[in-house]
Amino acid sequence: MGEAIAFYTLAAFILGFAVLVIATKDTVHSVLFLVLDFLFVAALYVLLEAPFLAVIQVLVYAGGIVVLYLFVVMLVNLKRPPEAHQDPRRRTWLGFGLSAAILAELAAIALYSSAGAAPAGPAAALPVAGNTEQVGWLLYTRYLIPFEIASMLLLVAMIGAIVLAKREL
Amino acid sequence: MITSTHYMLLSAALFMIGVIGVMVRRNIIIIFMAIELILNAVNINLIAFSHALQNAVGQVFAIFVIAVAAAEAAVGLGIILAFYRNKETLNIDEMNLMKW
Repeated sequence: MGEAIAFYTLAAFILGFAVLVIATKDTVHSVLFLVLDFLFVAALYVLLEAPFLAVIQVLVYAGGIVVLYLFVVMLVNLKRPPEAHQDPRRRTWLGFGLSAAILAELAAIALYSSAGAAPAGPAAALPVAGNTEQVGWLLYTRYLIPFEIASMLLLVAMIGAIVLAKREL
Repeated sequence: MITSTHYMLLSAALFMIGVIGVMVRRNIIIIFMAIELILNAVNINLIAFSHALQNAVGQVFAIFVIAVAAAEAAVGLGIILAFYRNKETLNIDEMNLMKW
């Protein structure tokens, strides 16, 4: 019962703030709603017994990525509103229709697949207990090479961002 | 009783809001934020299944998704800054240099 109340409250906040993110005119307000949305998703991770991911979500998304967005919003000093000009070939209602089709499709998959699926047995036990220990164990043993590739990707992205944002090389 | 179907439906709804943002808005910064919402929907799905199957692998993949999202945000915002310096606009309807 308590889990249901927590889930529906968090779901309402997550979806409400997500709508505000894409519906607000002011870009700075949009970024701030994005922070709130990420914080509520982190609370949902706590509900799903993934506290390590919740902390990572707060640190990386709400703390790092959003600050990056705020910097860019502050750096671009717009003299006219960014949505002033509209391409006459743009079909906004078609976007809504396609999105509704995607939602219907995903919801149908979720409902039909869960109706007949047998619950899988518990996975092979790891030699460590605790959420953070398990994630760390998997990350440094079975998924070591993807982990190293991710670090390489972040290095490449860092160099790329510096090169792109520099005025002249 | 909250099952993984509930989490999948929440994730599908968040994904749809992100897709609407990408398709309807014309401010490219808002479009990038909608992409972050989509990636968050994917993470909710991964962690819901990690919880349902009692298997931490889903959380490891969520960490990889977060790493890729961080890289995407850094490079994408760098591209936005470089473009803004040349064209003084953030409207994607005016970004058609390589279209025709």
